[in-house]
Amino acid sequence: MTPVAAKMKRGDSTDGGAASALGSRLSRIDGPAKIKGQARYGLEHHPANMAYAVIVQSTIPSGHIRAIDSKPAEAAPGVLLVITPDNVMPLKPITTWTGAPSSDKPYLALTREINFTGQHVAAVIAETFEQASEAAGLLRIDYEEKESIPSYDDPKSGAGNPLDAMAVAWGDAGRAFAEAPVRIEQTYRTPREYNVPIEPHGLVAEWQGDMLTVWEPSQWVNFMIHNYAEWYGLPDEKVRLISPYVGGGFGSKAFALGHGAIATMAAKMLNRPVKLAVTRPQTFTAFGGRPATRQTLSLGATKEGNLLSIVQKGANETSVDGVWVEPLASVTALMYATPNLSARQNIVPVNTVTPCALRAPGENPSAWGIECAIDELSYEVGIDPVAIRLLNYAEEDPHAKKPWSTRRLREAYEEGAKAFGWAKRNPKPRSMRDGHHLIGWGVAAGTYPVRRTAGEALVRIFADGRAEVASSGIDMGQGTYTILAQTAAEAIGMPVEQIEVKLGDSALPGAPVAGGSQLANLMTGAVHKAATAARDELIGLAINDPKSPFRELQANTLSIADGVISPPRGGESMSIAELLRRLGRDKIEVQRDTLPENANSAADKLATYNTITRMRSPTDGDYSLHAWCVHFIEVRVDEDFGTVRVSRVVSALDSGRLYNPKLAESQWKGGIIMGIGQALLEEGLVDPRQGRVINNNLGDYLIATNADIPDIEVISVGVPDFHASALGGKAVGELGIVGVAPAIANAVYHATGKRIRELPITLEKLLGD
Amino acid sequence: MRAFDYRRAGDRAEALSIARTETARYLGGGTNLVDLMRQNIEAPAALVDVSRLPGLIEDTPTGGLMIGAAVRNSVVAAHPAVRARYPMLSRAILAGASAQIRNMATVGGNILQRTRCAYFYDAAGSHCNKREPGAGCDAIEGFNRYHAIFGASEHCIATHPSDMCVALAALGATVHLAGAGGERNVPLLDLHRLPGDHPEIETILRPGELITAIELAPSEAAANSGYRKVRDRSSYAFALVSVAAGLGLAAGKIEDVRIAMGGVAAKPWRAARAEQVLRGQVPTRERFREAADTELAAAKAFDGNEFKVELAKRTIVAMLSELAGTEA
Repeated sequence: MTPVAAKMKRGDSTDGGAASALGSRLSRIDGPAKIKGQARYGLEHHPANMAYAVIVQSTIPSGHIRAIDSKPAEAAPGVLLVITPDNVMPLKPITTWTGAPSSDKPYLALTREINFTGQHVAAVIAETFEQASEAAGLLRIDYEEKESIPSYDDPKSGAGNPLDAMAVAWGDAGRAFAEAPVRIEQTYRTPREYNVPIEPHGLVAEWQGDMLTVWEPSQWVNFMIHNYAEWYGLPDEKVRLISPYVGGGFGSKAFALGHGAIATMAAKMLNRPVKLAVTRPQTFTAFGGRPATRQTLSLGATKEGNLLSIVQKGANETSVDGVWVEPLASVTALMYATPNLSARQNIVPVNTVTPCALRAPGENPSAWGIECAIDELSYEVGIDPVAIRLLNYAEEDPHAKKPWSTRRLREAYEEGAKAFGWAKRNPKPRSMRDGHHLIGWGVAAGTYPVRRTAGEALVRIFADGRAEVASSGIDMGQGTYTILAQTAAEAIGMPVEQIEVKLGDSALPGAPVAGGSQLANLMTGAVHKAATAARDELIGLAINDPKSPFRELQANTLSIADGVISPPRGGESMSIAELLRRLGRDKIEVQRDTLPENANSAADKLATYNTITRMRSPTDGDYSLHAWCVHFIEVRVDEDFGTVRVSRVVSALDSGRLYNPKLAESQWKGGIIMGIGQALLEEGLVDPRQGRVINNNLGDYLIATNADIPDIEVISVGVPDFHASALGGKAVGELGIVGVAPAIANAVYHATGKRIRELPITLEKLLGD
Repeated sequence: MRAFDYRRAGDRAEALSIARTETARYLGGGTNLVDLMRQNIEAPAALVDVSRLPGLIEDTPTGGLMIGAAVRNSVVAAHPAVRARYPMLSRAILAGASAQIRNMATVGGNILQRTRCAYFYDAAGSHCNKREPGAGCDAIEGFNRYHAIFGASEHCIATHPSDMCVALAALGATVHLAGAGGERNVPLLDLHRLPGDHPEIETILRPGELITAIELAPSEAAANSGYRKVRDRSSYAFALVSVAAGLGLAAGKIEDVRIAMGGVAAKPWRAARAEQVLRGQVPTRERFREAADTELAAAKAFDGNEFKVELAKRTIVAMLSELAGTEA
């Protein structure tokens, strides 16, 4: 650590002075309820007289339904309703998350046209789940099948559609590559990957007159009520969505989806509450995961390892009736200084559900390509993999040509390498061995942008000594409840135990999406603003109210700590609760938002919370705002079997200030664990004949188990970045996964001398000679 | 899931009598059968719960071990006599499933668990002769990475998923059966059938016949034994290839050797040809490789599982080398 760095404050518990509630390692305040089974998730809500809906999905990849015979299902015991394309309720088209209309035609949750295997084609609603499931098997569906395109590896798919608007270019990359003394050109691929949160998707829907209540896990409460409201032609106030806890989403729980339309219309048609839980196999096609990606990277460099050119040609799969772009240049055009760069990308329509967001969409596969390629270049020119990265270090954003707000990536290399023992590494592949295990050390960097949207919060201070924070923002395990309690406690000057946080309910003040790793930063900012205003109001009462013992004092002389108001120089103190009681007030209530003062109308709020149009890009402003990380990973490859196990991880990460280091570390580690699964295990197996995801369950779609995960050391190298957010934090949630897979592939190369450029790295790819 | 009757048998006679009168299936821990019922792949009219029948692990008069069919997998794996005299059995069981599943699963149920072929499970849209005779087999030209390289037929290439059975096959275990016609014993190796023309018929069990116990003979080789399982992740994954082996040495030569493989056939695969090559030989890696090559000469791989042939050879060599102390 340099002397300068040693003096730098990080705004967390490492600074000492643990009195600060914000920055301390408080355990999750929602933890005890979850451990005791007292935390009620959306699907655990059981209103009286509830019926159960079960979805039926198509068994062909393309074509149309000639006829559906639903009579046997309708006659089955307990069946209340069968919904098919013939009687589906047409809903109004919604406004998408980009603020654009989705269509000018009605939205049909079930259609006769089939575009992918596993498309919802019918639903059966019955008195019990078992009756609905049994009857669902009795539907007779007559399909007329058309030729389909199972994947972008099928020649019928063609090259796809170019995304000219997303092309990035500076200099003359093609020519610089052609003339470069050292050239690397390789193709890197990732398979279809799925979100598979442990809590499945689903909802309980209940109508009371024209008021719809939905209990449903959500990453974006405000957008989802807007979806439901638009479908039924209602104002947003007529829909309430309740999502107090979310059992993981990873990007998949931000929108109202087809199953939501089906459950709400069934509840309306039956005038009964309806529960619909998407089964695990159905989740593989009820919404999209990460699309398959491929990218050819051409790196031109000097013999000394200085980059001269990067040329990227990428593609991702999308559906035949929807557009999903997995931005493959997001890290490629950001990580290294290169005088020439060209990045182009196509999207290739195939017969699949439209892909969607999965933890770090874009950055994840983008880093997979460039961080493998730079490693290949390091061997080509004979330079240490860390050294070549520092040699080509980008001193400013090479694309936006703006200075970084903070980029503690050098410190990440330095501290990570030191903790890992990188200096002891023998660069030669196959140079380290322990019995039958070949040992390899790999490194890769990652990054995730700082996205900024405004939010708002309500803070109440009660006369009984408690305080309350309320927002429709959600907690899906990342720690929103906890850090907002810490924020309010610090701003007001109260013990954190006295703060109650209410989240995930559309009846509370609005919030934008819990996605893009933005929620912690924007909500701590809003809560801090509201809680500070509440404190100011309290002080104002203390010095102005005739009944206050402090009224002779000046505002700026009072202090509040631990819930107690104190005058200067040892005068008599009084608790907040006692003061409010003495003034005859039952509470102080303050709501604040962080919208710009010239754009905070009701319409502005809707645009902010119901779309991403008010989300500021990382380069909107004078600086380029990003979080950074470096992963140092050791693998052990069994020479006999080709099996790869990760045996050590040291990651150094710059997420700016950490509001709660314990929770931020958990988030990083969660991402790293997911990255280990992505590197070694995860792959959707789609049978090209029928388009079926044949490993559509958690027994066959492999994610890492505890036994696959070694101790993971994470090191925070960040410092508060007040360009990035009000309280100095940068992105946390999606950062950790970025760069893990290439670090593992690079370690596998170091262990075995074999370059695996297609994920996952399964044993048969290493068995051959 | 279809409605069904549930009966808990108080003793063996009651179990056999209920099973004789109804279209019933015996229920052990339910860790496989109940899953299959929930997916409508199995739809028995009745379940006869035999998990409460007396389940003991006892020495036999000849110095072997008798393990009741109702004994839980985790109990077998932890039993001192199993760990000392048949370590491969303990290790094979512990390599399978998860702790929770092993705590529920019974010995009898483990033997009769059905294949994990994804097409067998995908009743909603895939073709499978085992699930629906005559429907065809989607695995043969589909994803067959986990599938058989021995004993497959043009109708089915599924594998048997049990780890425990691989050890039992290597140990030459005897299965004790009881049925309407009385009691009989069959070698475990003869209990499971290869698919042939009828992949839906997986064992030689007669209707209503109940597995009551497994008998292990005394064996010197069994005491020096182990289990190696090669899989994609470290826990809760089925074997791509596994090997159970025991090695009895006398005067520097192989006196007795037992080798069986898992993940390669519709039944646990005893590597009799490899054993034959090794008997009486000095244990070296070269000899182990020769034995493995001989055994795998008859293997027939498919597009997705060609790697299994070499992997199986290497697993045999690694397991035997470990037992012989000849690791490189």
